[in-house]
Amino acid sequence: MKGLIAVDVNKCLGCHSCELGCAVEHSQSKHLFSAILEKPLPQNRVIVEHCDDTNIPLQCRHCEDPPCAKVCPTQAISKPEVGEAVLIEDELCIGCKVCILVCPFGSISLSKDDKNIIKCDLCFERTSEGQVPACVSNCPTNALQFIPVEQFTKEKRREFMVDFLKSS
Amino acid sequence: MDKKVLSQKSIDSTCQSMIKKAEDEGIETIWDRLEKQQPQCGFGELGVCCKICMQGPCRIDPFKVGAQKGVCGANADTIVARNLVRAIAGGTAAHSGHAKHLAHILSKSAKGEFKDYPVKDPEKLKAVAARLGVDIEGKNNEELAREVARLALEEFSEKEGPNLWAATTVTKGRVDTFSKLGVVPGGIDSAISEIMHRTHYGVDADPVNLLLGGIKCSLADYAGCHMGTDLADILFGTPQPVVTEANMGVLKENAVNIALHGHNPALSDIIVQVAAEMQDEAKNMGASEGINLVGMCCTGNEVLMRHKIPPLTHSVSQELAIITGVIDAMVVDYQCVIPGLANLLDCYHTKLITTMPIAKISGAQHMELNEENARECAGDIIKTAIDSFGNRKPEKVNIPKEKNTAIAGFSTEAILGALGKVDSEDPLKPLIDNIVNGNILGVCLFAGCNNAKVPQDHNFVTMVKELAKNNVLILATGCGAGAFARYGLLTPEATLEYAGDGLKAVLTAVGEAAGLNGPLPMILHMGSCVDNSRAVDVAVAVANKLGVDLDKLPVVASAPEAMTEKAISIGTWAVSGGLPTHVGVIPPVLGSDLVAEVLTVKTKELVGGYFIVETDPLKACEKLLEAIKKRRQGLNI
Ligand code: SF4
Repeated sequence: MKGLIAVDVNKCLGCHSCELGCAVEHSQSKHLFSAILEKPLPQNRVIVEHCDDTNIPLQCRHCEDPPCAKVCPTQAISKPEVGEAVLIEDELCIGCKVCILVCPFGSISLSKDDKNIIKCDLCFERTSEGQVPACVSNCPTNALQFIPVEQFTKEKRREFMVDFLKSS
Repeated sequence: MDKKVLSQKSIDSTCQSMIKKAEDEGIETIWDRLEKQQPQCGFGELGVCCKICMQGPCRIDPFKVGAQKGVCGANADTIVARNLVRAIAGGTAAHSGHAKHLAHILSKSAKGEFKDYPVKDPEKLKAVAARLGVDIEGKNNEELAREVARLALEEFSEKEGPNLWAATTVTKGRVDTFSKLGVVPGGIDSAISEIMHRTHYGVDADPVNLLLGGIKCSLADYAGCHMGTDLADILFGTPQPVVTEANMGVLKENAVNIALHGHNPALSDIIVQVAAEMQDEAKNMGASEGINLVGMCCTGNEVLMRHKIPPLTHSVSQELAIITGVIDAMVVDYQCVIPGLANLLDCYHTKLITTMPIAKISGAQHMELNEENARECAGDIIKTAIDSFGNRKPEKVNIPKEKNTAIAGFSTEAILGALGKVDSEDPLKPLIDNIVNGNILGVCLFAGCNNAKVPQDHNFVTMVKELAKNNVLILATGCGAGAFARYGLLTPEATLEYAGDGLKAVLTAVGEAAGLNGPLPMILHMGSCVDNSRAVDVAVAVANKLGVDLDKLPVVASAPEAMTEKAISIGTWAVSGGLPTHVGVIPPVLGSDLVAEVLTVKTKELVGGYFIVETDPLKACEKLLEAIKKRRQGLNI
């Protein structure tokens, strides 16, 4: 299943449930009650940022021409397929942090033991089975959606038309 | 909906058929709402969300990257502990509110103001008065009732000494343990308000101190439960074994079906009395079989225990009763009466009648109980139900057929009475001898609710069969006991089918001696959730007889499908009473390692009891059996 994680900032209540869901998905047990006891603790890849009165869950945008991949000296970051996730190969990562510097969204962070970089992998295991990413399924208000780009742009155009007609 | 999906909601076939009917009719039930609530908030599930002040809500990141403290500086341990003890206070308020209601009734009854509530069990009145230290010599019922009611009402407010209902009903050893820990409650309401005080912004931040406060409040809850049982017995009679039928097959197409739902006998008992006099009125309106009263949840248990009113269904399946299309009125008091019931009123003719000033539901008809004229109120309510009978929608009617025999009514007095038939000099002796010789491995009290997150009754039924097979004597209350009733497990037949040889032999011997021509039922139904106090009375009597404290007895408790705050407070006092106590759902405490550790390990050192959290029913049985065996070793038996 191909798609992008679309965010409706008007619907985000800042509950951080996407962060929890993301960390659980990246745990060994994939269950909240046991994930919180794992060592090392799993980490979330999505982060809810807050500015003025707006909350926005931010994660890797999976750029088509990813600057992080370009600068990676060991080719640990790659984008195997157009329209799919930008992925990290942990064994190749040397922890130089250059990718962190160049990511325009601040979407790459360091693991807690400082050894690896971590970022959203678009839940490729889930999406390859036709499921939506964990942050999306954990969002109680549907502020996060996983949809094909075409559908997203179509909805966006509709919205624009409605607003445009209303104001004219 | 296929079979598998249905069995994940409820294992009761009558419930399954009504869930299917609801789906066909496009009607929403508790399980649909649970699904719509998914995913549920992880912070809430772990207990690490705090909304106590308006700087919040604050949440602690369980993965330890984000915030580790609330705005005020409270960490996960403080927040989890505060939330938990507030839940205990909620449960205590509910149980003791029930008891307080009865105390007021007894008080006014003694003054001759509530003529519809005469003392029905003077023997129990005398026994309770004597236990409380009242000089009973030469006093008549009114005088004794006035004294007991006064003492009861005094137990709520601030008081200097220990709470009488807590202190006079447990072992000396417990009193010593509680005194040492500083957790002896005074007034019940004081204990509740102390919790609200210490969990207010910027008061108690020490998680262990908070939990000790929780234990104290839970003991106040115990006092409230015991008082609830005592006063109900005094006013409405102490239960003795009754035989009836249970499950939705008890509904009658040609009768005015009235479901009595909630927790208190204050109105429901009167309705039972008055309905008997109004059968003809119902018949004149075309209901050839008259009035058919049925019970739900603990109000159902109260009228089952005293009047053999058939239990219909319980807890999470309460909406399904209305979906049968033949409940002409559902009369509710308080607790566990879900607002979702009102959503069904658009589609069904059922009158939902609320009766308590503190428990109204929009959409329901409110007919408030006025205790001064209780019988008249009951009569009006029954009339409303009879009128509603004519409004049934025939196309909606579908009564499931299944019903099972159920034997209930095992008050402490009734159990001792039955044992007394074996040994009239020393009624406890047969019980103790059989525990010592191993015919009875131990005792397990099943209590508590259903929970929509657990397939209804699955844990209860799985566990009870497993434990009985292992010769564990089973006591039950509340919706757990209700569940057992619906599956025919409160019967001698169940004893023969499921009990281990030792248990079977004992239940048969007692049953034969009591003139039943067969064994006692496999499970002894002791009543509503306040009646967990009856089980304590039995355990305390055994402990005193053996000369050991409760935390040494091979007695355990289980709330395998717990849901409410009341379940949390009862669970906490069971632990404080020294019992290994199983909970079959994960309570919202895992966000604090410290709190989880205190509840499951440290309490063992402090009070002897501890929580066992296990969602798998068979594994839970293993753990309970292990706990029982350890206790037996401790006693050298
Ligand atoms: S009491 Fe403390 S933790 Fe709770 S909401 Fe207020 S600031 Fe946050």
